[in-house]
Amino acid sequence: MIHPSHFLAVLLFALFASTVFGITMRETPQRMIRYGIYCFVLFVGSAIVLSWLMFLIAR
Amino acid sequence: MQDLKSEWGEGRVESLFVERDVQSRQYRLQPLDRIRYSQEEMATPGNKIANSPQASSSGSVYLPLIAGWLVPGAGHFLLRKWGRGALLSASVLGMFAMGLAMQGKVYSSAHNILDLLGLVGDLGNGLLFVLARVFGLGSDQVLVTTGDYGTRFIVVAGLLNVIAAVDAHNLRTGRKQS
Repeated sequence: MIHPSHFLAVLLFALFASTVFGITMRETPQRMIRYGIYCFVLFVGSAIVLSWLMFLIAR
Repeated sequence: MQDLKSEWGEGRVESLFVERDVQSRQYRLQPLDRIRYSQEEMATPGNKIANSPQASSSGSVYLPLIAGWLVPGAGHFLLRKWGRGALLSASVLGMFAMGLAMQGKVYSSAHNILDLLGLVGDLGNGLLFVLARVFGLGSDQVLVTTGDYGTRFIVVAGLLNVIAAVDAHNLRTGRKQS
C-alpha cells in the first residue's frame, strides 16, 4: 500500500499516459519520443497551472 | 499555357491540377481527368491495407486486437513489435498496479451512470480486471484520499489498454504503416 503525494501521482499518471500516447499516435520512433515528451510536459504543466489558479481563486 | 493547349486540347487545359513528383520533388501541371487513373496507385486506405506487409501474413486481423485487450502489449508482441509491446505493457501494468497499491476501487456493478462509466473503463483492462475481481484486489469502497487517485489510475489503465489494442489492430490491417 502506497500513499504518494498529489504531485507524484501527477508525475506517474503523466509518465504512463504519455508513453502510451507517444507510441500509439505517431509512426516513427523519433516522432514517438517527441510526442511523448510533448504530452508529458502538457500533462504536468497544465496540472501545475490549474493548481496555482485554484490556489489563487481560493484565497 | 499555349503549349499545353496544343498538347492536351482546349477543354482539358481549363481544368488543371498540380502534381508533385515524389522522386524529383518537383511540381508540374496535369489535366484533371488524370486523377481518375492516378488514384489507382495512391495511398488510399484500401490500397494501403492491400499493399501492407502485415496484410498478407496469416491469422485473423482481429487477433492482435483481442490479444492486446486481454493481455496488455500482447497485440504488439504478436506483430513482433517487441519494444513497443514491452513499453505499452509496462505502462498499463504499472498504472493498474499503482492503482491497486493506492487502494483504488475496482468496479463490480453499476448503480448510476458514473459507476457504469467506471466499470466500462475497468473492463478495458481485460484479464487484469478478471484477476483483480477473482483475487479480491483493490477495495470495494474508497476509504483513503489516495484511493480516489487509485480508482482513476485503474480506469485510465483500462482506457490506455484499449488504445494500445486498437493500435495493434491498425498495425495488423496496415492502416498504420509502422
